[in-house]
Amino acid sequence: PVESKNEAAMSELVPEPRQKPVVPMKPMGINANLLGYIGIDTIIEQMRKKTMKTGFDFNIMVVGQSGLGKSTLVNTLFKSQVSRKSSGWNREEKIPKTVEIKAIGHVIEEGGVKMKLTVIDTPGFGDQINNENCWEPIEKYINEQYEKFLKEEVNIARKKRIPDTRVHCCLYFISPTGHSLRPLDLEFMKHLSKVVNIIPVIAKADTMTLEEKTEFKQRVRKELEVNGIEFYPQKEFDEDLEDKTENDKIRQESMPFAVVGSDKEYQVNGKRVLGRKTPWGIIEVENLTHCEFALLRDFVIRTHLQDLKEVTHNIHYETYRAKRLNDNGGLPPMTVETEENHESNL
Amino acid sequence: GSLPDQLVKKSIKQGFCFNILCIGETGSGKSTLINSLFNTNFDDPVSTHFLPVVRLRAQTYELQESNVLLKLTIVNTVGFGDQINKEDSYQPIVDYIDAQFEAYLQEELKIKRSLFSYHDTRIHVCLYFISPTGHSLKSLDLLTMKNLDSKVNIIPIIGKADSISKTELQKFKKKIMSELVSNGVQIYQFPTDDETVSKINTIMNGHLPFAVVGSMEEVKIGNKMVRARQYPWGIVQVENENHCDFVKLREMLICTNMEDLREQTHARHYELYRRCRLEEMGFRDIGPENKLVSLQEAYEAKRHEFYLEMRRKEEEMRQQFVQRVKEKEAILKEAEQQIQNKFEHRMLMHQGEKLKIEKKKKVLEDEIALFIEKKANADLLQSQASVSTPVSLKRDKDRKKNKGFRLELLCFDVRDEEIGNVHKQSKREREKLERERNSPRESQK
Repeated sequence: PVESKNEAAMSELVPEPRQKPVVPMKPMGINANLLGYIGIDTIIEQMRKKTMKTGFDFNIMVVGQSGLGKSTLVNTLFKSQVSRKSSGWNREEKIPKTVEIKAIGHVIEEGGVKMKLTVIDTPGFGDQINNENCWEPIEKYINEQYEKFLKEEVNIARKKRIPDTRVHCCLYFISPTGHSLRPLDLEFMKHLSKVVNIIPVIAKADTMTLEEKTEFKQRVRKELEVNGIEFYPQKEFDEDLEDKTENDKIRQESMPFAVVGSDKEYQVNGKRVLGRKTPWGIIEVENLTHCEFALLRDFVIRTHLQDLKEVTHNIHYETYRAKRLNDNGGLPPMTVETEENHESNL
Repeated sequence: GSLPDQLVKKSIKQGFCFNILCIGETGSGKSTLINSLFNTNFDDPVSTHFLPVVRLRAQTYELQESNVLLKLTIVNTVGFGDQINKEDSYQPIVDYIDAQFEAYLQEELKIKRSLFSYHDTRIHVCLYFISPTGHSLKSLDLLTMKNLDSKVNIIPIIGKADSISKTELQKFKKKIMSELVSNGVQIYQFPTDDETVSKINTIMNGHLPFAVVGSMEEVKIGNKMVRARQYPWGIVQVENENHCDFVKLREMLICTNMEDLREQTHARHYELYRRCRLEEMGFRDIGPENKLVSLQEAYEAKRHEFYLEMRRKEEEMRQQFVQRVKEKEAILKEAEQQIQNKFEHRMLMHQGEKLKIEKKKKVLEDEIALFIEKKANADLLQSQASVSTPVSLKRDKDRKKNKGFRLELLCFDVRDEEIGNVHKQSKREREKLERERNSPRESQK
């Protein structure tokens, strides 16, 4: 069963509720046998229709050093020009001096379903000479989104649908050195895996042979395990045996996905495919024998998208909220908050 | 799968909750209708007309159809409309509905909460059973519905509708709807914003209130067994749309709008309850100086208030405790003092006794010393006496033994302090005297 990370017992603030009525509030469950079709299962259709009408929010963050192909990969994932690079980015642009957070929103429609996709890029991460604490702006951004949501949620008059800007998924790009993870990789993932779903990917995987790839993946998995880094899908949130079996396979064999991205199409065997052209051949992005891009795409979009959102909402957000509400209990006498104080909370 | 598919898959795993509240007089056909709607014999005991207050009875069932698991809760009023004075009849119902909202709100306000696994007991729809009088709504109906329309989705129903003829029914329905409108009662409107369902929902809105007949008995019509009520003059078929609106109700309630009913409950009725409740508790979105205050800040201020209150109470308790300890201490001290006094008194007595005994001891010791002295003197005398007769020197003891006897006697003749010996002596003398007395007597004989 899914459990909150925060184990400390917390007390409630709400004063005594009103007098309870004479009827027991927890009715007893009795199994009933149906004698004919009623139409309860139509609720599925009703729900589907409702969600299609309201649409989906999905926020994905990409983190990694410059030149690892983050933007290209994101474009490939959503088969559209959705990354920072597509909105007027210039290759001559200087690498920023500090980590910047750039969020770009798009609306993608497929099969009548509208998805409001936000891609959050982090240029400057790991690019400085001294990269100490370069994950802090990222952690700050993630927490700011939780804070925004919390503020909306605690309003007395609430919006019908609270806008969700929380980061549902963070793709962390590992450099394909072939050796091991770098200290920066470990530091980042150690800190951030506690607040957001991290999916590690090996970038520019076309620089490794199949054996090198397998070995590197094994080493990376081992290193992550040794350092206690729980990447998504986290073991402790497997809901049932079915989930566990499916996720175990992904955790122990497929991840981290070794990917290649491309937004260019080439003709291969009479078909137009996304790929990278080299003198020694065309690397087909969606060909599973060439790279694991298709696995990543199916994983993030076709099977686990809803789960990524749910883990973010039910686990990471709840942890943030509990900590936030509890921390404030120990504060000294409250002064009137000025505008400045208010903003520094963000 | 597509995005909605993933969501649907998750929802199926979690299961669905649906909670129906049935309000109606005893014998209005509530239980039969629910049984018919869900094609199940829910165990619902028949009640009497003589209950003093209106009560609610809730039962939860788990129904499964294909891969959908539904947690269905049916809440029935018991004794509604039976009392002579019905002024308070609606209150238990309002309280029940509020209690479910309150429980949800409590969970939502918790610091460590688990909303995703919370069993939602909030009422999603209220089926209000109107008696088939054929005339109009009763005042109890209007009063009750007015108190509920801002808290729950109300679908008005005419129960046991087979007692009204078709023409009467049309007039009856019109009258009811106009009375509801003129009294400002907001009943649930089937949503018309989605093109796929707006047409059918609009039509259905025009058929309200639904005139229903329920039955769990089956009658053979043609070559089929159908749910029906058999009268001498004919058979009323539950699922025949010419006979009653049962099918419409089932269609609307379950197949078309179940999800919307749930959403309205959460997004509208619950939000309203929450807003009122939080304002009641003293929270505001706009604080003094008309600045936007987040609930959280107000929350924290309240928390601080309670915290101070708690500290104050703690302090009070501590004072009380200290006071009690002081009192106890005083009592103990006094007792201690008393014991101390007793002790000293006893000590004094003990001292006194001791002194007395010492004195006596001293006296005794003096006597002993004196005796020893005298004895020494006597010995001395005796040794002096024995010097004149030339006798071989025997051991002192023996000498004392032989001659001492006589001497002692002689000595004791003189002394009268050794009373014991004196007694012995006098006893011996007496015996001697006795013997002397006796012997002359004997010699006389």
